[in-house]
Amino acid sequence: MIHAAEGGAGILFPIWQEMLVGAIAFGLLCFVLIKFVFPRMEKTFEERVDAIEGGIERAERAQEEANQTLEEYRRKLATAQEEAAAIRDEARADAVAAKEEILVSAREEANRVIAAGHAQVEASRQQLVRELRSEIGTLAVDLSEKIIGQRLAGDADTTATVDQFLAQVADETAETSGAR
Amino acid sequence: MTDSAIVLAEGESHFPPGIHSFDFADWFSGLTGTALAHMFTTITLGVWLTVAILIVFFLWAYRKPQVVPTKKQWLAESAYGFIRNTVAIDLMGKKDGVKFAPYLATLFLFIVLMNFWAVVPGIQISPNAHIAFPAMLAILSWIIYVWVGIKQHGLAKWLKITVVPPGAPMFIYPLLIPIEILQNIILRPVTLALRLFANMFAGHLILLVFILGGFEMLNSSNFLIQGLSIFSFGMGIAMTLFELIVILLQAYVFTLLTGMYIQGSLAEEH
Repeated sequence: MIHAAEGGAGILFPIWQEMLVGAIAFGLLCFVLIKFVFPRMEKTFEERVDAIEGGIERAERAQEEANQTLEEYRRKLATAQEEAAAIRDEARADAVAAKEEILVSAREEANRVIAAGHAQVEASRQQLVRELRSEIGTLAVDLSEKIIGQRLAGDADTTATVDQFLAQVADETAETSGAR
Repeated sequence: MTDSAIVLAEGESHFPPGIHSFDFADWFSGLTGTALAHMFTTITLGVWLTVAILIVFFLWAYRKPQVVPTKKQWLAESAYGFIRNTVAIDLMGKKDGVKFAPYLATLFLFIVLMNFWAVVPGIQISPNAHIAFPAMLAILSWIIYVWVGIKQHGLAKWLKITVVPPGAPMFIYPLLIPIEILQNIILRPVTLALRLFANMFAGHLILLVFILGGFEMLNSSNFLIQGLSIFSFGMGIAMTLFELIVILLQAYVFTLLTGMYIQGSLAEEH
């Protein structure tokens, strides 16, 4: 009964054997827990954090991918629409050009036809004038001869001669027109 | 199992309890008086049981750790995580906290279970009611925070940080430095040990007073006093519940203060 022997203050003096036992026991506990248990717990904690953060990261990656795909589709759609518009514009331009071309050639053709008509009319007129000139000369000579010959016979005859001549001219003109 | 119980069974009165109530006989009477005295007693049994239970539980519960924990793994992680997060990391930050959390957690678990024997039927004495164990733990805490301080700052700078109060005028140093030395280097381990020891000692004494007192009253020839013993036993039960709070609180306080001392050694100013 050490404590009793030392009086009341004895309880404040540690028994060295007990300190030794305590140190050995606690040392053993520390060794096992600190070396084999708690580091594995820290590792598990880290793995847990990794698992959670990894999951979030994977989700973010999937989201990113989806966004990219969507973006790509939108871009493709826009490109296709632009292309369609371009093709449409081109076709329209082609049609306009073709129409212009057709119009131009038609106009040219018309002009050509008109020009040819004019030329022919001119040629006919020239020919007619030429023919008329020689014919009128002849006629004038004929008429003069007749007038001179009839003068002697009286005014009434002259008038009849002129009338007859004019009818003859008209007949010949009609004949000429009919021949053409 | 305890000597008190054995003595009671023999009918010899042990009342009132005193410091003799904390003497536990050697299991092997041949050892008494030799260097091996006090090594095999109910007290040391409590110590070894504490260590054995903790080692077996943690090795068993953490045999195959999984990211999604099982119930026992969760329990083991909570025990460690409680001290790791609320003491170590809160005091020292993530990096240093994780470094010192294993020791602080071991310390806490050891003290809690050592204290817990105070209310376990059949043993009902905490080894921490003998100052040897709190003293041993306090000396360890002292070694750690001094060593950490010297390693962190070097001896001279650590001493300066620890004993020279910042911002005090020079002429007051001769007064302050001895106080700081006493307070920060000498008294810290003493108060650590005494606080834990005194709480467990007093707790045991209070339980003895009410329970042995109850038996004493029961043994009385007076019928009225026999009837009153029920109140004594009732108080014994109430005090046992109160003791549970003390058990947890004192273990936490010891761990928290050790953590604060280590943190003080790591910090640039105290």
